[in-house]
Parts: sequence; C-alpha cells; structure tokens
Amino acid sequence: MTKQHANWSPYDNNGGSCVAIAGADYCVIAADTRMSTGYNILTREYSKISKLSIVHSALQMHDKCVMASSGFQADVKALQKNLSARHLIYQHQHNKQMSCPAMAQLLSNTLYYKRFFPYYSFNVLGGLDNEGKGCVFTYDAVGSYERVGYSSQGSGSTLIMPFLDNQLKSPSPLLLPAQDAVTPLSESEAVDLVKTVFASATERDIYTGDKLEIVILNASGIRREYLELRKD
Amino acid sequence: MSKSTVDLPPKGGFSFDLCRRNDMLEKKGLKPQSFLKTGTTIVGLIFQDGVILGADTRATEGPIVADKNCEKIHYMAPNIYCCGAGTAADTEAVTVEAFENEKFVLYCRHGQLTAAITSLPYRSRIKSCYSTDTSEETSFQAEFHNFQLNYQGYVQAALVLGGVDVTGPHLHTIYPHGSTDSLPFATMGSGSLAAMSLFESKYKEGLTRDEGIKLVVEAICAGIFNDLGSGSNVDVCVITKGHKDYLRNHLLPNPRTYVNPNGFTFPKKTEVLLTKITPLKEKVEVIEGGDAMEE
Repeated sequence: MTKQHANWSPYDNNGGSCVAIAGADYCVIAADTRMSTGYNILTREYSKISKLSIVHSALQMHDKCVMASSGFQADVKALQKNLSARHLIYQHQHNKQMSCPAMAQLLSNTLYYKRFFPYYSFNVLGGLDNEGKGCVFTYDAVGSYERVGYSSQGSGSTLIMPFLDNQLKSPSPLLLPAQDAVTPLSESEAVDLVKTVFASATERDIYTGDKLEIVILNASGIRREYLELRKD
Repeated sequence: MSKSTVDLPPKGGFSFDLCRRNDMLEKKGLKPQSFLKTGTTIVGLIFQDGVILGADTRATEGPIVADKNCEKIHYMAPNIYCCGAGTAADTEAVTVEAFENEKFVLYCRHGQLTAAITSLPYRSRIKSCYSTDTSEETSFQAEFHNFQLNYQGYVQAALVLGGVDVTGPHLHTIYPHGSTDSLPFATMGSGSLAAMSLFESKYKEGLTRDEGIKLVVEAICAGIFNDLGSGSNVDVCVITKGHKDYLRNHLLPNPRTYVNPNGFTFPKKTEVLLTKITPLKEKVEVIEGGDAMEE
C-alpha cells in the first residue's frame, strides 16, 4: 500500500472575489474570472457566477436569482450541480420557479448539511424577491446567511467591503421596525461602483484580475457586461 | 571577579535575543510572523558588449500587493548592479552590506568584478558576523553542516548580480544558502521558471543591445503575467564597459483599467447623533484646610 502524504489536503483555494449589490428594482452580481492556485493562474476565463441553466435550459438558476462563489472551485461546481438538481425537482413538484429567498434558504440548508466536511465555497446570492425588489444573501462556508443590501466575498473581500461600507452605508439589521436594506443608487451607478471596486481590488489583491463579469437582473430580465482587468 | 557584570554593547551583526522566546511561543501555537517578500521575477543575460539585468516591480505581503512599483535592481558599484529576490529587508541588507564590505569595495575600485563577487557570497550567507576570514569555496561545504553559526537560508536573499570589469562582462547568481553560479543568462525568484522558459528558447550568444533588452523584457513580462508573485512594471539595467543605462519603468504593461467617470464623494464629518449636553456631577467636595497629615 502506498503511503499518503501527511500534508495532503482535500481543499484548495482558487481565489477570486465576488460582489453583489441590491437596489430598489435591480440587483447587480459580479465576479472576476481568474482562477488560480498558489502563485499560478489556472485560467483567466472562469465564470464564478453560477450557470445552473446547464441542467435546465430555461433558467439561470432561473432568471431571478444568480449565485457568485469563490473558494475551492471543485466544491463550488459540486454545490451548483446539487442546487440545480434540487431546483429541477422543485419545478417538477410545484410547477413554478423557486423564489430567490427560497433558493437562499435552500443554499443555507445545503451548506449546513455538510457542516463537518464543508463545501469550501464563499457565496453571494443575488436576485429579485417576490415583490421585484433587489435582494442579496451572503453566506459563510457552513450555511450561516443573512439578507443584506450589498456584500462581498472571496480573496479581495477585505479590500472591497470597507469601501462598499463607506459608499453604501446600510441601516443596522437590529433596528425596529426593520429598515429597507437596498441601496439608494441607480442601476448604472451601482454598475460603475462594481467596476471601480474590482479595478481597485485588482491593484492590490494578487488573486483578483483578468476580467470582470457583471450580471444585472431587473424587471426586463437578465443582462451581462464584461470589463477587462489587470492581467498581472 | 571572574566576569564583568556590565553588559557590553554588541559589536555588530544580528541579535538573537528573542529566538528562544519565539521558539517557545511557536510551540505554544503562536503563528510566526510574515515578512514583506518580493515574490519576484529577476533576470540577467550577457550580450555582445555587456550585461542586461531586468526585474518586475511588485512587492507582496502574502496575497496583498504591498508595493506596486518597487525597485529591485540595486546599485552596488558604478559598474555593478544587483537584482534581489526574497525577503525585501534581507535583499536590501545583503546588498548594502556587501557595499560596505571593505574587500568588496577594494576590488570594485580596482575594477575586478569577479574578485569582488567572490568576496560577496560570504556576506550573503553571512556566517559569523565577527569573522572576516573568507576562504571561499571550502568554507561553504563545511558551513552547510554547521547549523549553529550560519543562516542556512534564513537570510532569504536570492540575487542576480551583473557587471562589466577589465576582464569583460560577468553574470552571477547567488542562492539563499550561499552557493553561486556564473552563467550567460540567469533567472531568480518565483517567476524564474516563466522567465527561464523564454531564455532557454530564445537566448543565443552575441545578442545585440536591442535584441538583449527585448529578450529581457519578454522574460520579465512572462513572469509578470504568469506568476502571481510578480507584477506591475519592467525595470531594465544595461551595463556596458564604462557606461550604464538604468531604464526605470522601461515598460508599463499594466495600467489601471477603470476609473469612475463621476469620482467619489465621502462624508465630510461624523454624523451628529445627539446635541444635548449633560454636565458632569461633582462627586467630590474639596475641603480646604483639613487636619494635618499624620506622621
């Protein structure tokens, strides 16, 4: 029998950053497309924004809800497959698409189910809720989640989050009655802000770069934008 | 009265005062601290009338870029420059120390680069700082087994050193453990493999100045784009007999990709939450002329 290497780990960190911003009638979800390990770039064209539509062609998870994930991309792939399978079953049983808050709860349950061998993935889920308002859900690796107005996850999150806090100060979640968490920005302002935070994070985080993929959800549907980032 | 009780000030060299404490703390689970590392691409090659050195300009601290435009090509003598990779403080210290080394300066003054360089590695693998004996190559092997007094790569400096002297162009690499190589082309740092792949496929003897610069720039760019520890700009230094060109930021291949057209506004002050002023209550009454203090 061959001896296993003592330091072998089932996890890797493939880096990358994700951001999501919720507005009154839109939601912007963005992630860079670099996938790396250690000091190496594995690919410059890897979408971290989930396309669970592979399983069912009509959906983008469905067109009201998308997920951006950084961390270990093998785990992320497995998680996305799991979620889209669960979503397919849901559609067959209920003859409708899952709402974004429902998908958020499902994601939390799926993550917590593997509490003691977690998916090494850091997710933000963004979309439109039942009233058509933007919503963002932010997670840790084992399923703790919260509905917020904006969020950032991944290797550049420590650089991005303080800047978002400064620009989009959100009301305390402890306030009563509960305050609306959505940001006051217009859609184009939010997209500009996302572009800026990624251009800035790329300057200082070695795992963020190459290209920025932005998904914009609003009443008229889903739209994608790309921006080139530094490639060093 | 066998020993003086007064501590003498140290004569120079490193202080190891806290090593035992740190060792104990590490055993108790404290994480050792990290240093500013120039996860780097540095290269050098010999062309028809001299030496060309090249370096990227990124300095990292773990996954964070600490300096986007640092200088990695250090001045050593009018005819000698040196690229450093490894812990930033170490590369700086080693190059500065070599510069302060009498023997090194002496050789430099006589224009003997090779002699100057062979006096260098002893410093870069600084054994005992008090020792001035440099019986070169033999001492290295002996030292390798001497775990007490030398720095065994703990002084993390990998160098590419190049210059032109009376005997012609020279290019040397010095590894963190102290061994040296003399080569027609060399690369060091985390991007060394990317850079070397270009040298191995394109280097030939008798390159012209322009061809040489082009190859060096290509090699550094390979490191910049394919190694996450390297990035930002390309520095080049061309040394020929009696002349040098330090081309700082020779190429800027990574400009910022997006600037918000509208700029940003930041809150000018802290928000005022309360304007009511509650005066402090006086809790202590001061009485003048009390009883005299008891003795």
